[in-house]
Amino acid sequence: MAQKTILTMKGITKTFPGVKALSNVDFKLCEGDIHALMGENGAGKSTLIKVLTGIYPFDAGEIIMDGKAMVNKSPQDAQNNGISTVYQEVNLCPNLTVAENLFIGREPKKLGMINWKEMNSRSKVLLESLDIDVAPTTLLDECSIAIQQMIAIARAVDMECKVLILDEPTSSLDEEEVEKLFALMKKLKAKGVGIIFVTHFLEQVYEVCDKITVLRNGELVGEYDVENLPRVQLVAKMMGKDFDDLADIKSERSGEVKEGDPVIEAVGVSHHGSIKPFDITFNKGEVVGLTGLLGSGRSELVRAIYGADKADTGEVKVFGKKVKINAPLDAMKAGMAYLPEDRKKDGILADLSVRENIIIALQAKRGMFKPMKRKEMEDAATNFINLLQIKTASMETPIKSLSGGNQQKVILGRWLLTNPRFLILDEPTRGIDIGTKTEIQKLVLRLADEGKSIAFISSEVEEMLRTCSRMAVLRDGKKVGEIKGDDLTQEKIMETIAGGDKNNE
Amino acid sequence: MEKKKAKRKINSSTFLLMITIVLFAVMYIAGMIIFEDKGFAKPQMFMNLFISNAGLIVIGCGMTLVMITGGIDISVGSVTALVCMSAAYAMENKGMSAISAVVISLLIGILFGVVQGYLVTYLEIQPFIVTLAGMFFGRGLTAVISTDMIAIKNKTFLAWANYRINLPFGTYNRRGMFIPAYIYPTVIIALGVVILITIMLKFTKFGRNLYAIGGNQQSAVMMGLNVKRTKMKAYVLDGFLAGLGGFLFCLNSCAGFVEQAKGLEMDAIASAVIGGTLLSGGVGTVIGTLFGVLINGTISSLITTQGTLSSWWVRITLSALLCFFIVLQAIIAAVKRKKKKN
Amino acid sequence: MSNEKKSFNWKAITQHRLFLPIVCLLVVLLVNVIKTPNFFAVSIKNGVLYGYLVDVVNRASELVIVAIGMTLVTAASGGQDISVGAVMAVAAAVCCQILSGGQVSTNELMNSMALAIIAAIIVAAICGAFNGFLVANLGIQPMVATLILFTAGRGIAQLITKGQITYVRVGSFKVMGGYIGKCPVPTPIFFAIAAIIIVNLVLKKTALGLYIESVGINGSASRLVGLNSTMIKFLTYVICGILSGIAGIVASSRIYSADANNIGLNLEMDAILAVALGGNVLSGGKFSIMGSVIGAYTIQALTTTLYAMNVSADQLPVYKAVVVIIIVVIQSPVFRRSVDEWKKKRALKNNKAMEGGH
Repeated sequence: MAQKTILTMKGITKTFPGVKALSNVDFKLCEGDIHALMGENGAGKSTLIKVLTGIYPFDAGEIIMDGKAMVNKSPQDAQNNGISTVYQEVNLCPNLTVAENLFIGREPKKLGMINWKEMNSRSKVLLESLDIDVAPTTLLDECSIAIQQMIAIARAVDMECKVLILDEPTSSLDEEEVEKLFALMKKLKAKGVGIIFVTHFLEQVYEVCDKITVLRNGELVGEYDVENLPRVQLVAKMMGKDFDDLADIKSERSGEVKEGDPVIEAVGVSHHGSIKPFDITFNKGEVVGLTGLLGSGRSELVRAIYGADKADTGEVKVFGKKVKINAPLDAMKAGMAYLPEDRKKDGILADLSVRENIIIALQAKRGMFKPMKRKEMEDAATNFINLLQIKTASMETPIKSLSGGNQQKVILGRWLLTNPRFLILDEPTRGIDIGTKTEIQKLVLRLADEGKSIAFISSEVEEMLRTCSRMAVLRDGKKVGEIKGDDLTQEKIMETIAGGDKNNE
Repeated sequence: MEKKKAKRKINSSTFLLMITIVLFAVMYIAGMIIFEDKGFAKPQMFMNLFISNAGLIVIGCGMTLVMITGGIDISVGSVTALVCMSAAYAMENKGMSAISAVVISLLIGILFGVVQGYLVTYLEIQPFIVTLAGMFFGRGLTAVISTDMIAIKNKTFLAWANYRINLPFGTYNRRGMFIPAYIYPTVIIALGVVILITIMLKFTKFGRNLYAIGGNQQSAVMMGLNVKRTKMKAYVLDGFLAGLGGFLFCLNSCAGFVEQAKGLEMDAIASAVIGGTLLSGGVGTVIGTLFGVLINGTISSLITTQGTLSSWWVRITLSALLCFFIVLQAIIAAVKRKKKKN
Repeated sequence: MSNEKKSFNWKAITQHRLFLPIVCLLVVLLVNVIKTPNFFAVSIKNGVLYGYLVDVVNRASELVIVAIGMTLVTAASGGQDISVGAVMAVAAAVCCQILSGGQVSTNELMNSMALAIIAAIIVAAICGAFNGFLVANLGIQPMVATLILFTAGRGIAQLITKGQITYVRVGSFKVMGGYIGKCPVPTPIFFAIAAIIIVNLVLKKTALGLYIESVGINGSASRLVGLNSTMIKFLTYVICGILSGIAGIVASSRIYSADANNIGLNLEMDAILAVALGGNVLSGGKFSIMGSVIGAYTIQALTTTLYAMNVSADQLPVYKAVVVIIIVVIQSPVFRRSVDEWKKKRALKNNKAMEGGH
């Protein structure tokens, strides 16, 4: 069983201004292995891959391939050294044929002209050898995402890659397509290609992978053989708690769980391709946690309720009355507020001032012809700057010059100003210093005590346990359970997230 | 499922080209039937379509190239005016030879291509703004050379311009004398350019790279193509073709004046779009553009032949047609996106 | 020490958003004063104000009005409306044709002024709505969408005037491009000032200004706070159309005719230039109406200067095109990045030199 190691990364360290993205990480890939790289948000998976493929330079450590030290300066370099990457968003040209996509940049030529005949016949041979069922002359645009991904893989294989990185290739595939992809992966494995497989789907890891490397907060947690690592333990390792020494974290909630006073009820709501139909109720004065791994549908669930992605099916009731939600404004008018996951892309209006960023939601809710008075805006801004202790030079400072934590507080202030009944917080504490984190957690509890209903999403189980009185668990785009009361322990949550048997050894 | 896919294949790019060819055929045949008495059905009428649009065909080819990369060039009309004026000025006021006028014309085109290409490609400024400035710059420079019209009397030049190439077919006049249909050398050059560019687009690495960049620039980078250099080359080639097209235009008009070729950029863009080139890039053929130009020419000759309609109807009809195709493209794109989602 | 303080103040001044526009205006004015010492001299001849400066302010009026519309369109959609000149021609044609009752030339009004003006503005608004629909609803790039009217517009204008230049030789019509009664100030100036005030009032009294900026800065975040970005973009194009229409009426009143080929000619370029000179980023986001207004006056001053230097109207675009390119190059992120890198390198070198000296 002496497998040949083809790729070794030793002591890799990478620092971004102010953040240590990777510290002293080791990684080893053997010939013919499918090796899962796992970790939650900010664990450093994508940084590690970007370092490997030359998108980022690294500060310390070394990469050894075939016994030789190697530094890739660009993805091209990496490709020439036998490392190819296939991303979730296929990096091919939709307007070209399958054959061209396989051969672009290295087309077979005759008399200086592209030899289409040879290109098509070579493509055919290549596609057949990998059991990819598509004609070389088809336009890529006409192929399903799965086929497109396989074509990208075929391209990599034909360029004689020894290491194939698959970065979340299965996120947008259905089960049948995933099966096909796995068949292809197994075929490559037999050919001796080492595959690094990045995914959030636990089922898939246990189906095809040989080894698992887990990262957390930029550090290596460990490398494990799949058969020696039960699911629950894997989840525990990813989430940052050793299964053996689970410290029971008690909820800091005062008072009792209030039941039977529903603010928002969702029945059979779904959004095609991201979240399967679910039912959920949010009661008055309650913090409901939504948990699951990244990509499990926890964000998509709230987006469907809020109308950020218009729900395809089901209905939403507010205080028992059916409400039609076509756009976020409808949700806002029904008393909802939504702090999005991606602060930079969906949250801040970078060039606008702190004041404008705070009042924009209330202003939009009131309508264009009822502008807020300057005084009113300033009062609101001052109020929230003080209340949330936002550190800013003045209320006229552009929000882009604030730190991440303070930007988040501004967005929080924006929504509190609209005085919502139901507040959705998607990763409100991500990328924020510990002090601010605790402040936000306390604020969430206070808001619940004041009678607001809150949906809380976080990658950190401890944080959820501290704040939530009930938790809904999602897995693979489906709501798989709800946990409350005495069951609300780290152990139980992880078991539910992991699914399957507790000990699948 | 597979059958459905095959159907959709026809729907996208080929679909647009087919509309164009059918549209051209219908328009021309309708013209032949309605205006038969006015000589619309004569072979020479058809040849005139090429003669009067030779310059536009070449310019349209250049436009198609930059549009395939996802860019645009609205300076071509002004470049044409500048080329005509410079050539006329060089020959008439400076006594230069016709050959040097050709060289000057091509150099002007290439220079525009290089500067605009650099600004678009390496400084990443929107092609529209860059070439809008180029459009005003070229037109203004034309006026700087001369605000009066310069008619070209250079003998070599006129000999080129009036060199008739008789074709083996034609019509018989009332007395039964055979009158062959004819073309000028400009037509041969224009068609030569169409053929060369078609081959280039289909069979060279550069040609395929243009499509790749227009299809998905990010992917093109990831697949190891030199996107910037390819784009730069496209703009330079586009500039060269604008210079050449401008000179062909000049052979047709035999004069240079400030207002010349006004709105030609619109004709070129419209021809490309009508010929199936997508504004979003990645799709387009110069054959399509050729048909676009022919449609453009047919509209204008139909309106001229009709006689009572004023000349601005040409502009309006063409704009309406352009609008129709742009909206069609937008709708096709939207439908595609929706299908992808489900 | 004092040096440091000075540079700090300097920085505060240079970073004010109206710094660049005002400096440009001052430079142009300075050149003028050197060239023509009596540039600022304002006298009264025949009962009206007279002088270079008056001329600049008067002539700039249409540009100011159009530049305001262009600013809003740019801010919301990150693109420009190149059909403004053509829309001016259409509005002028509608206005004159109604006043002349379809005749080529008239010495008396065939229909009421109010009817003509309202009709012209409605037609201009429809043109704007057409552009807005293509851009906001169909998602077509602004410049491509407005290219349609850019070319068709003048044809439509000629269609309306039946290919003639329609003259309206009536005193009451000439007022808009001339003088009101005995008032010594040219009327177009009042139009420009009114446009500035009204648009500023609309932006202040409604939340439209904030909405436009939000949509231009981050469309996805704007949607999540409940803004309808399609609606807002559409609205800016309609406003731009209306303003172009008003500018078209003023322009046609100046020459008491509707000249489809020349009204608003090349004005789209000037308007884009005014927006850029006003310190507004052409890719959208935060905007300043006053910046564009100052930009517009700067351009008119430049035009007047060039005229004074015997540059013909046909040749003007050369200079303007060069200015546009310089501005967009300075604004381009790539250029800024390389300048920053260059500065860093130089600072590094200086530091090293200092260390070496130590």
